[in-house]
Amino acid sequence: MSTLRAIFALAAVLALTQAAAAQQGYPARLDLGTAVTPQELAQFFAIPADGRGLPPGKGTYAAGEKVYADACAVCHGDKLQGIPAAGIGGDKLIGGRGTLTTATPVKTIESYWPYATTLFDYVKRSMPLNAPDSLSDEQVYSVVAYILGEANILPKNATLDAKTLPNVQMPNRDGFVPDPRPEIELYR
Amino acid sequence: MTDKAHFADYDETTRAQIDGMIEAERRALARRRGELEDCDCKTGMFPNPGRRGVLFAAGSALAAGMASFLLPARAAERKAPAGAVSREVPDDPTKVPGTPIAEDGGYGSRSQFETEVRWRYPTPTTISSWTMSPLDKSEGIITPSGLHFERHHGGIPTIDPSRHSLVVHGMVERPKKFTMADVKRFPSVSRLHFIECSGNGLTEWRKPTLKTVQGTHGLLSTSEWTGVQFSTFAREVGLREGAAWVLAEGADSAVMTRSIPLEKLLTDAVIAYAQNGEALRPEQGYPLRLILPGWEGNTHIKWLRRLEVSDKPFMTREETSKYTDLLGNGKARQFSFTMEAKSVITFPSGEMKLPGPGFYEVTGLAWSGRGRIARVEVSSDGGKSWNLAALQDPVLPICTTRFRFPWFWNGQPAVLQSRATDETGYLQPSLQQLVDIRGLAGPFGSIYHLNAIQSWAVAGDGSVTNVHA
Repeated sequence: MSTLRAIFALAAVLALTQAAAAQQGYPARLDLGTAVTPQELAQFFAIPADGRGLPPGKGTYAAGEKVYADACAVCHGDKLQGIPAAGIGGDKLIGGRGTLTTATPVKTIESYWPYATTLFDYVKRSMPLNAPDSLSDEQVYSVVAYILGEANILPKNATLDAKTLPNVQMPNRDGFVPDPRPEIELYR
Repeated sequence: MTDKAHFADYDETTRAQIDGMIEAERRALARRRGELEDCDCKTGMFPNPGRRGVLFAAGSALAAGMASFLLPARAAERKAPAGAVSREVPDDPTKVPGTPIAEDGGYGSRSQFETEVRWRYPTPTTISSWTMSPLDKSEGIITPSGLHFERHHGGIPTIDPSRHSLVVHGMVERPKKFTMADVKRFPSVSRLHFIECSGNGLTEWRKPTLKTVQGTHGLLSTSEWTGVQFSTFAREVGLREGAAWVLAEGADSAVMTRSIPLEKLLTDAVIAYAQNGEALRPEQGYPLRLILPGWEGNTHIKWLRRLEVSDKPFMTREETSKYTDLLGNGKARQFSFTMEAKSVITFPSGEMKLPGPGFYEVTGLAWSGRGRIARVEVSSDGGKSWNLAALQDPVLPICTTRFRFPWFWNGQPAVLQSRATDETGYLQPSLQQLVDIRGLAGPFGSIYHLNAIQSWAVAGDGSVTNVHA
């Protein structure tokens, strides 16, 4: 008899548990994952146009000339002209101003890129192609100063840091428009 | 190498680039055609392997072993296509037992007689490059995972999933890190969506350039993706007032980043760990990738390791210097995410040859980043008249739809075209319409977002070529 009672009791508990689970459904939050610490977040970066998140340090054209020769010239050429050869394929970095409206537009950092912060972010993130993230922040500031200097965007005696980099005015800063698609011309 | 007259008005650099592309496509075709000899199957319409491969693969194991020892050149020819295992082919498969079961180690491979492969766009470096999916041989709407097109900016990373995690932080209440085990405990969804690179067809703006549909449209693939909605993660970390954009970052050596409007992420984004019923392929982002249905492929960040919630976009290299659409007037469109309605006939298509007049089922794919395909029309007279094609079920939102059209070819020259209309009523434009609106910024036009009607000319001898009509 007590066994029977125990079975009934167990069945009742099971039914209740199942009902509770069914009522619970999908919770809004599952409390999965772990809190991420500031130390863990320190390894990440992404620099918007206002320069938020730029690291300490500074760089100069002169220091950048050496960084460029050591780390960049092999693919991008000693005149920043780009090397389209097989196995290399470094983009042309400077020149092309005034070509965007011609039949052969030349898109470079000088002629096309709207923000200098993008150059810092991209070099620090992805360059050089064979050893990304191998340059120090000072080296990145410096090589950015060198490229912008060669592009006649920045005076060669300028110093780049978290404060000055976002203020660099790129020639094609106003060259971009929002996406208008669907294009209304297709509905005439 | 290029047709000098055809490309005469291109500058030298562009001609060199085009030479490279044409040569890559030619080599891919030749590899397939090398196995075409003696093929009387379907009278040469399709690049199928012929008896030559069969003969080489025949004979006893001993003879085969000796042949491979004595005749390395022949052995090389007998090499199975990528993804296949070469086996002896008996004269009559009903007279000898077949391969023992589970000899494949428990993971199957395709037939040694199937040869279609992706081919790589001849960029100077092989770690920043892309491959095209062989749409000419596509069936149905799903792309086999191993034939899904690729675009990589720093090679394909090898990632141990037990050491991979997704960090969600920025303008959130509770910044968190999720291991793959955490990710897989969340409620999941499975959805079929196409992914198309916005550079698909970039060679075709000014002149018909590549010969095959793999070359002109091969940066398109469709998979079933399984993963967790972004909205689920959003609640888990708690979005803060003012949140408007999210940076998605990959764990490859390019540490690829794109800024995505929060609205899109909260609408239909999926953080996927599975593709076509199994884990993502490494080249598709293993172990985790972002799926943004209907948006340009570059935004579907692979090897996803981080989502940073922000009030503004980050103006990364990929959304400023690349993936912006330069117009004829010198201005460039930025954040042009949507892949608009498009379609292409995959059979018959460039470099195929119809054996003679008669019945053919014209078939192809239609897709739109804005929803379902509502209808597809086919023309055989270069767009003078249009007829409705049949849409193959299922017709899913933001997914390729297979269409079919019965065509009786009278043996006269014809120009086949398809045009799609999506459920918003958007009608796939002609190339001329797009050029009239956007201008031609250079030899490759705006590069991105070419969704024009494709024309295939069928000559009197049945040969099919890429034309502008």
